[in-house]
Amino acid sequence: MSAAKNVKKQKKNESMMKLTMRRLFRNKTAMLGLTILVVLLLIAILGPLIAPYSDIEQDLMNCYGLPSLQHPFGTDELGRDILSRLIIGSRASLEIGLVSIAGSAVIGIIIGCLAGYFGGTVDNVIMRFMDIFQALPPMVLAIAVCAALGPGVNNCILALIISGVPGFVRMARASVLNIRGMEYLEAATAINCSTARIIAKHILPNALSPLIVQITMGVANSILSASSMSFVGLGVQPPNPEWGAMLSAGRNFIRNYPHMVIFPGVVIMITVLALNMLGDGLRDAMDPKLKD
Amino acid sequence: MANTLIEAKNLKKYFSTPRGMLHAVDDVSFKIEQGTTMGVVGESGCGKSTLGRTMIHLLESTDGKILFKDRDVTKVNKKELIKLREEMQIIFQDPFSSLNPRMSVRETVIEPLLLAKRYSKAEAGQKAEEIMSTVGLDERLWNAYPHELDGGRRQRIGIARAIALDPSFIVCDEPVSALDVSIQAQVLNLLQDLQEQKNLTYMFITHDLSVVRHISQNICVMYLGQLVETSPSKELFKAPLHPYTKALLSAVPSTDIRHKKQRILLQGELVSPVDPKPGCRFAARCNHACERCHEPQKLEEVSPGHFVSCCRVKELN
Repeated sequence: MSAAKNVKKQKKNESMMKLTMRRLFRNKTAMLGLTILVVLLLIAILGPLIAPYSDIEQDLMNCYGLPSLQHPFGTDELGRDILSRLIIGSRASLEIGLVSIAGSAVIGIIIGCLAGYFGGTVDNVIMRFMDIFQALPPMVLAIAVCAALGPGVNNCILALIISGVPGFVRMARASVLNIRGMEYLEAATAINCSTARIIAKHILPNALSPLIVQITMGVANSILSASSMSFVGLGVQPPNPEWGAMLSAGRNFIRNYPHMVIFPGVVIMITVLALNMLGDGLRDAMDPKLKD
Repeated sequence: MANTLIEAKNLKKYFSTPRGMLHAVDDVSFKIEQGTTMGVVGESGCGKSTLGRTMIHLLESTDGKILFKDRDVTKVNKKELIKLREEMQIIFQDPFSSLNPRMSVRETVIEPLLLAKRYSKAEAGQKAEEIMSTVGLDERLWNAYPHELDGGRRQRIGIARAIALDPSFIVCDEPVSALDVSIQAQVLNLLQDLQEQKNLTYMFITHDLSVVRHISQNICVMYLGQLVETSPSKELFKAPLHPYTKALLSAVPSTDIRHKKQRILLQGELVSPVDPKPGCRFAARCNHACERCHEPQKLEEVSPGHFVSCCRVKELN
């Protein structure tokens, strides 16, 4: 066999993981999403170093300032620079949005797979528990978590994780039930696959597409619910900035000073858009049916 | 030659349903000899596939014994089961649902080899390549995904996966009924070649009588979970004894126009397999049913290797 052929063969022989990455990196939309996310994360990390003003210092002479050269995004009702608050608030918002969704997705998908795979009593018990969780409004749950564990960003994330789990469980279970009857699972049993391997190798990759979409969409919701959580003492406390809270504070002044909601809203939108682009790209890259 | 590889003794498989016990396989006994093919025929829903899956332990049997190499394998622990499964494999009906769409041909074929832990990664890769060539998959298809291939090639992957660990017994669950006729022949020939090369023993489940006639030495006829007749296939096609087998065979279209066949038309509906009454389940549709048919029937040997479960078999033939 010639060297050239050898190289080609090796390239074709690469693992699913490498193949997915290669296809993902070739997807321009996904790469744009990834770039935006990286920039956002850098901003979050560098926060205080790049913010032009302090995020909590008030300048009452300059309340409701429209966007100008000094304050490109304007100032809020207490004269604080909105750009600086967005930059510094990105840390809390991204943390809450990403960590809480990652947490509920991981827990929810594992539980949902188990429920869907085993069925019967296991399924029944798990799903009735999820009914109980879903019957509690997220706000009441948040208050309970706050009362039990005290306020703070971490507890806010915990409350969001708990309220997000049932949705993922339901979706993962439905997705797994679709695959449950497939003969390749029986074939996997016949060749001595363990249950864990069947779930990880044969079920999850085939059940993941709808879940990726829900994950990327969930981040926005999470950021927004975090703002209502700060109302009961969970999450970021005023005067510290956070995107969702800035959005809801600006809502009262939307008629006269729309810049107070436009900029936080746009930032949230860009984050979610970037995640969606990356998520869709990832979904397509993992699907061998879409030719590259 | 007469070396029994696997034997079912009064094998039963019941499923509990909200309406009662569903008797999918009821009191079935037969033997399959090493290197031969046992065809299992019957209409849809008669328990053929359940029987096949129970034989290789994909489903736990309710009662009865399965003797594999003279050892009862119905009650085995996890460790023995793993060993056992390397010796018994299954080929599925639908090549579109029996392959994981996210795994390439190579990954699918190599998986059993890696799981068996007998081979290093490199050895497993080499073995997989050998097997893929054996079943006639071109080298250019090795890294393809199932959706890129047609039914016949997909079925070849299923066969490759089944023979990867050199099993001695393979259940073929209607392996060709989802394929075009031209491809059916290819796959059947492949199965027969493999049988010759590796001295495989098949249990060939199908509802296609011409296929079963072509491939199997012995045939079991099932009706609603019961074994009604089992016999060497030549004898069965020449002289069927059970009224159901007669009706079944009379439905096979013939290419011989001079040979006028008497079509036996069955009246009535299938009785429910949920909590059935004792006795012959075919009695409700049988033209020859009498009082005695409602008592439990016994499988009786009428000639060497030819068993029939019908109390009137002697008077009728």
